[in-house]
Amino acid sequence: MKSVKNKQWRLGVPRALLYYYYGPWWEAFFQALGVETVVSPPTGREIMDRGVGLAVAEACLPVKVYYGHAAWLAPRVDVLFVPRLVSVEHKAFICPKLMGLPDMLRAAIKDCPPVLAPTVDLARRPDEGLQAAIRAIARALDVRVGEAAAAGETAGARYREWLARQREAGAWLGNGPPGGCPAGRSPSPGEGQAARGAVPLTVGVIGHSYLLYDRYLGLDIPNKIARLGGRVVLPENLAPEAGERACHQLPKRLYWTLGRKIMGTALYLMEQASIDGLIHLTAFGCGPDSLVGDLAERYAHRRSKPFLLLTLDEHTGEAGLNTRLEAFMDMLKRRRTA
Amino acid sequence: MKVTFPHMGHLWLVLQTALEGIGLEVVVPPPCTRRTLELGVRHAPESACLPLKVNLGNFLEAKELGADTIVMAGGVGPCRIGYYAQVQREILRDIDCEYEMVVFEPPDVHFSEVWDKVKYLNRRPWQEGVGGVILAWQKACAVDALEQEVQRLRPREERPGQADAVFRRALQGLAAAGNRREINRLVKESRAELAAIPRQPEVSLLKIGIVGEIYTVLEPLVNLNIERRLGALGAEVVRGLFLSRWINDNLFRGLLPLPGHHPEKTAPPFLNHFVGGHGWESVGDTVTFARQGCDGVIQLAPLTCMPEIVAHSVMPAVQQAKGIPVMTIYLDEQTGEAGLQTRLEAFVDMLRRHKNKIVG
Repeated sequence: MKSVKNKQWRLGVPRALLYYYYGPWWEAFFQALGVETVVSPPTGREIMDRGVGLAVAEACLPVKVYYGHAAWLAPRVDVLFVPRLVSVEHKAFICPKLMGLPDMLRAAIKDCPPVLAPTVDLARRPDEGLQAAIRAIARALDVRVGEAAAAGETAGARYREWLARQREAGAWLGNGPPGGCPAGRSPSPGEGQAARGAVPLTVGVIGHSYLLYDRYLGLDIPNKIARLGGRVVLPENLAPEAGERACHQLPKRLYWTLGRKIMGTALYLMEQASIDGLIHLTAFGCGPDSLVGDLAERYAHRRSKPFLLLTLDEHTGEAGLNTRLEAFMDMLKRRRTA
Repeated sequence: MKVTFPHMGHLWLVLQTALEGIGLEVVVPPPCTRRTLELGVRHAPESACLPLKVNLGNFLEAKELGADTIVMAGGVGPCRIGYYAQVQREILRDIDCEYEMVVFEPPDVHFSEVWDKVKYLNRRPWQEGVGGVILAWQKACAVDALEQEVQRLRPREERPGQADAVFRRALQGLAAAGNRREINRLVKESRAELAAIPRQPEVSLLKIGIVGEIYTVLEPLVNLNIERRLGALGAEVVRGLFLSRWINDNLFRGLLPLPGHHPEKTAPPFLNHFVGGHGWESVGDTVTFARQGCDGVIQLAPLTCMPEIVAHSVMPAVQQAKGIPVMTIYLDEQTGEAGLQTRLEAFVDMLRRHKNKIVG
């Protein structure tokens, strides 16, 4: 691919989509191998506009933003790291669009640098799937498989620590949203609630991490609620088992990993008396969310739990969104005093 | 028990035969119309894909005719169709429309899951039931054979619509046919009728391949009869998706020696992995059509269809490498006839100019 020795590649990692789920794993892995990585800056106007221009109009906004990050990195790195994440667990998938991402980028970005796109498919045999992905990276980077496997171990340990920190930092139902998200820009705890003295309204915000933690793309919803005096519970604050258990009441196993996390969180939270309402943040055109979110809304409705659906696209105006949030919080407040 | 099922093109004819063959009383939903679509759209989630909405409309219309059980197909991801039944069940419950649902899909744990459903539905001795299924399969093949001839004839016939009239009559006859001999006779007669249709003097025709998501390709209500429109514009339509092939690929696991899809051979390097639905096939078929000398390709998909968005995204690379123009059309309840017609006319004009330039 390149004349420089593979290990001296500058590897570009787009800060979008699954970076918000697996970023710490990737960074720890490449660090352990001594590969220089460049992570694109947090999403901003310029990156989003580039992505919107490059992607097909029908793609969902997070995918468009991913294009923008990749385009920002393209002239600055030797290789783009775009793993093809087919499945991260037994009998479940991520999303068709993420399965085709490397090919989509190659077709869209002019002068696209080589793409390092290991296929991660754990749907059939979880252990072998991960080993195969690590071997593929080792081959591309020209490092020994043993070395890569050891780096994988290190990365796995770092990743589990990060997950635990996400749960603790939230100390759920307590101190606002969790810290330690990969971007290191965790939403700050809600101010003002202590001053008021009353028990603040507690709102579960469900949605994909790449919307909840990307402050530009996701319009910083968790912090907005905190500023309105609410306490926020995010999917990452829950022990994964809680959501998994809640999902058992579904008539059929949900085969989208991320969708099941959202559904599990929603189902678990709507059973908690301490949760005043739920907000589902989604992107226009998100396939899994269109069904998962609808089911969650129906279940919430049957349990008389207030549920607000916020759909984002490139035309979403912040003022309109603020109004809807304020109205929702007011409604919750009135509901409590009624 | 009165069973019904969702519509998809001519699938009703095949399913009716198979379900009646195992001794069930069948309610065929009324043909898809704007009303079907409106009923579905009213109750379905806004951003769900179009087939879910139309199928929901089918169920509501079949309910009016007294159906109480739905037989449908599912899946295990990553395409949304695998969760249609669950969402539709909750919607029907919320609007107090009672239905039992029997969903056929790849088993989660053990094959007996499928077997139990078959046993639950079957009302006849096994030999008779199998006979009904075989008859249904023969009908599927007959429909596809006739439809391919109609596709060839549409741009060539002198007065547009004659071939379709014969085809419509043949479909009615096939639905009622009770044995193999009748099917063969019907096919033979219809072929003779088609052959007798007066044709235009030899003109240079365009050849357009249709790829995309199977429901939008096969259901004329949602694609607004795109194949007839193209035929009237003087373009011969070819496609890789047919009912019999779909049944063979999906239900019989490709056991029968029919030409199947092999996207793993044709789609790389443009798309190197399966992406659910028919996304991979769309890219692979486009490459195949380019090789076979088609003048252009039209990709059809329901709005927000995930696999087809992936295919759409890589199409620019296919177009450039293979030199074949591709137009992608997303369909939903807002698609208007005039808008579609204009796009088709513009595309056909463009292809014709393109072709003349190459020839001239």
